[in-house]
Amino acid sequence: MIYLELFWSFFQIGLFAIGGGYAAMPLIQAQVVDARGWLSLAQFADVMAISEMTPGPIALNAATFVGVQTAGIPGGIVATIGCIVPPCIIMTLLAYLYYRYRGLSVIQGILAGLRPAVIAMIASAALSLVILAFYGTRTLPADLTVINWRAVVLFAAALFVLRKWKVSPIWAIAGTGAAGLLLYALL
Amino acid sequence: MENKPAVYRKLFFSTLKLSAFTFGGGFVIVPLMRRRFVEELGWLEEQEMLDITALSQSSPGPIAVNASILIGYRVAGLPGALMTVLGTVLPPLVIISVISWFYQAFRDNPLVNVAMTGMLAGVAAVLCDVVITMTAKLFKQKRILPFVILAGAFVASRVFGVNIMLIIAACGLIGACDLFIRRKREKEGQK
Repeated sequence: MIYLELFWSFFQIGLFAIGGGYAAMPLIQAQVVDARGWLSLAQFADVMAISEMTPGPIALNAATFVGVQTAGIPGGIVATIGCIVPPCIIMTLLAYLYYRYRGLSVIQGILAGLRPAVIAMIASAALSLVILAFYGTRTLPADLTVINWRAVVLFAAALFVLRKWKVSPIWAIAGTGAAGLLLYALL
Repeated sequence: MENKPAVYRKLFFSTLKLSAFTFGGGFVIVPLMRRRFVEELGWLEEQEMLDITALSQSSPGPIAVNASILIGYRVAGLPGALMTVLGTVLPPLVIISVISWFYQAFRDNPLVNVAMTGMLAGVAAVLCDVVITMTAKLFKQKRILPFVILAGAFVASRVFGVNIMLIIAACGLIGACDLFIRRKREKEGQK
């Protein structure tokens, strides 16, 4: 039952994605690419690029995209609902506790422990995408010299611009898209 | 305050507009929500909005969705929350549905393919940037535990293939225990 699977996958993403959009990415990858095989890693990267350049939270964008790709518009709606049910419940509970006891100290402790774990997960997702961009495969090939130099240049340029001038990710990603076309046309 | 249907309508269209035109995720949209509901409409106090922001960032799920639930609920109860959630969810649902519909046709276009391949490098760079920024913030705490968690989580996931959700739950537990132990030590130190 595809609707149930969609709902359950995005329910888990909604439940465990704590700390904003980038924290959701590795979870989406784990569910949608690794566990269910609904998208390839390259398609997942496409969704991330599209997500950054359109409004709306990454998790919801991914839910709609995956839902529509696997089961049409109803699939998109079911996945979106799955994604927002856990926050609705937990949010209500948290709000109640917060207004009652005025403080989030336990939750802040949990968050302090989560933050480095979230960094590790994002780093792992980043590594997967770097390998995919540089080598076009999911794992490092035996011969590390067969590297896509265009991708390396684009990656380095984007990272430099992001670090140096703190540009918005939208511009960094749109820029690499345009620069990719330009490199292709020139070389 | 105005009559109920008018409030519901305003809640719905305010969040709809914010969700449809705000690029860049939760940390961008929440300040814009503050401007709309605190400054323009005067429906929430400044302090309430600060609480809402803290709560939305501490709870699972998209920050924009969390914040809109709380705002809707504070202004007009459960029906209010329903209005704001709908307003927040509809724009991405519609926009991505349309994109998704045309995705295959777009993707097979050779020019789009070249652009998307370039963007893959861009997305990888954005994620690396996020990792660097977040790690730099960890250094400011001047503690070892966060780095132990970071390294442990990375190895567990990457090398041993441990389920991400399990890792997150375990690290949350470690964080809670750590806070508990430090509290206890502080109390004993005072004696």
